[in-house]
Amino acid sequence: MNIHEYQAKALFEKFGVAVPRGVAARTPTEFESALATLGHEGPIIVKSQIHAGGRGKGTFTDGFKGGVKFAKTKAEALELANRMFNNTLVTAQTGPAGRKVQTIYFTQACDITKEYYLAILLDRVTSRPVIVASTEGGVEIEKVAHETPDKIFKIIVDPAIGLQGYQARELAFRLGLTGDYFKNAVKLIGALYTMYWETDAAMVEVNPLITTPTGQVLALDAKVSFDDNALFRHPDIVALRDLNEEDSKEIEAAKFNLSYIALDGNIACLVNGAGLAMSTMDIIKYYGGSPANFLDVGGGASKDQVQAAFKIILTDPNVKGIMVNIFGGIMDCNTIATGVVAATRELGLKIPLVVRLEGNNVAAGKKTLAESGLKIDSADTMADAAQKIVKLVA
Amino acid sequence: MAIIVTEKTKVLVQGITGEFGGRHTKLSLDYGSAIVAGVTPGKGGQFFEHGSHRVPIFNTVRDAVAATGATASAVFVPPPFAADAILEGVDAGLELCVAITEGIPIKDMIRAKRAMLGSKTRLIGPNCPGIVTPGTGKDSSGGCRIGIAPGYIHKKGHVGVVSRSGTLTYEAVFQLTSKGLGQTTSVGIGGDPVNGTSHLDVIKMFNDDPETWGIIMIGEIGGNAEAEAARWVKANCKKPVAGFIAGATAPAGRRMGHAGAVVGGAEDTAAAKIAVFKECGIETAVTPSDMADALIRAAQARGAKLA
Repeated sequence: MNIHEYQAKALFEKFGVAVPRGVAARTPTEFESALATLGHEGPIIVKSQIHAGGRGKGTFTDGFKGGVKFAKTKAEALELANRMFNNTLVTAQTGPAGRKVQTIYFTQACDITKEYYLAILLDRVTSRPVIVASTEGGVEIEKVAHETPDKIFKIIVDPAIGLQGYQARELAFRLGLTGDYFKNAVKLIGALYTMYWETDAAMVEVNPLITTPTGQVLALDAKVSFDDNALFRHPDIVALRDLNEEDSKEIEAAKFNLSYIALDGNIACLVNGAGLAMSTMDIIKYYGGSPANFLDVGGGASKDQVQAAFKIILTDPNVKGIMVNIFGGIMDCNTIATGVVAATRELGLKIPLVVRLEGNNVAAGKKTLAESGLKIDSADTMADAAQKIVKLVA
Repeated sequence: MAIIVTEKTKVLVQGITGEFGGRHTKLSLDYGSAIVAGVTPGKGGQFFEHGSHRVPIFNTVRDAVAATGATASAVFVPPPFAADAILEGVDAGLELCVAITEGIPIKDMIRAKRAMLGSKTRLIGPNCPGIVTPGTGKDSSGGCRIGIAPGYIHKKGHVGVVSRSGTLTYEAVFQLTSKGLGQTTSVGIGGDPVNGTSHLDVIKMFNDDPETWGIIMIGEIGGNAEAEAARWVKANCKKPVAGFIAGATAPAGRRMGHAGAVVGGAEDTAAAKIAVFKECGIETAVTPSDMADALIRAAQARGAKLA
């Protein structure tokens, strides 16, 4: 689960990670009071709050440029906020549809001495948390890692004892920090690690982390995502969820225990198992088609799930055909076939449907499909099914 | 021989009285696996009954091990309590712990894996279909099935299968069996980013197993475990190896059901992994329908037998 920058910064403050002063506003009527609360006389940064990176370089659909802007005065900040609010911001990470800005975050503008990078996430090789830092902040870290890997420093934390003081010091020294900067950075790294660990965060990224002329070390930006599997023990974090930032179809799917992700293509798929679902998308592409979604019905797809899945699939106007790919290991293929027939009938499905069933009681399942009198194409293998649906949709 | 488990392996089930654990315990009993005990705290002294089977239930893994000599466990405990269940098995000195549970918090697994350092227990999973060593009976019964894989699709033979994904494992096994190629052991290592046993761990065991003549390795986007295994294969493995990587079309940064399958950087994409496979002489399946055929091609190229 992702949260907004302003929410992440509130969590940072709670754990003692220093951030520039900031106030969020969710309606234009709150803008003035938010600016008053900010109580800052100098320049202000006005930041669109959406769950996507690249905001500063983004463009709004009405042509207005920049989702993060510098304002010299409160009046200017107010004007910029009004331009951004309810406007749709397109960035490198949002896709062409963009995201509607429904919250504005005002922060005090800071004088920056230097920008750094700091992140904490899981290191899959050691199965331990890793703290990643770089002297190259405010830029794409993938690029830094690729072009100048010597400017990236990593500390692996032993989860049995947590982050040790010498590790935070080592990282701060590697970043070349001294004096107040060093002290403040060590404190910030420790606080950030505690926040990462205590909140079951999947990733915490600060880009840039900045030093200011007065000796401060501040998290200028904040990107935090949480481990969905651990949300059950963090009701306070679940409360930060912003459904406006999530695909309505994905929310609906979750209600039926379906794992659904919308994509750009026109062939919808319904599959059991995440690996099989991913490779179903791959095989559609391999035979020249384009998948409209990832949809995993899980190990034991029921009739209700199939019906719900079809409904969700069909709300996507781009969908021109459906491929069902079920390997019924334990689950009865005939149960799936019955569900597919019922859903097809109830929804009056008009677009091509290819069903590949394999596994337990498959003969009965295929018979159910064949005898339904519905136009359902049956396929024997994944390759066969993918070729058929690609041809039917073409 | 097979790897990790044989038909003689004595298995206990943690969470045997749950709906999911109970259903799959019955299927394993039907398959002929030696399910000797169940563990559900508070239900010690009761029995899990299925047909003529009467499996004793214990309050703790330690009690179950002491009474039955079980050396392996299947964990079907719900996610919030699953890491605790794994560590209970480790503390009781089990040789093998197969964690089926999906959705265990990553932090719990980070801690559990750290706590397991130096223990003799092998963890497979979590979030995995388990392990099957097929038997010689009807529909491969008489073997050892720990977990949730369909037993009947297997056939005793000489191909080793290792995969992160459950249904893709079944797909590969089914293709092999359909072509008359049996398996020594099929291992689902699970889709989570923190797991107990890696592709490489399993491939080393297949390489050492004289009964295993060929290997299918199935991976996904995310991490570098498949690349690590592929490089080891190139340097050390003389047996034919075929591979498949799922997720070539997955958009960056999206979670595709498996917590492990998140594209994070250039090195963990499907394209990067496939390139490493090719460079390491692993015959790569072009589609998931091609997995068994890819192994047959790899065997032919080496003049090796698979059955």
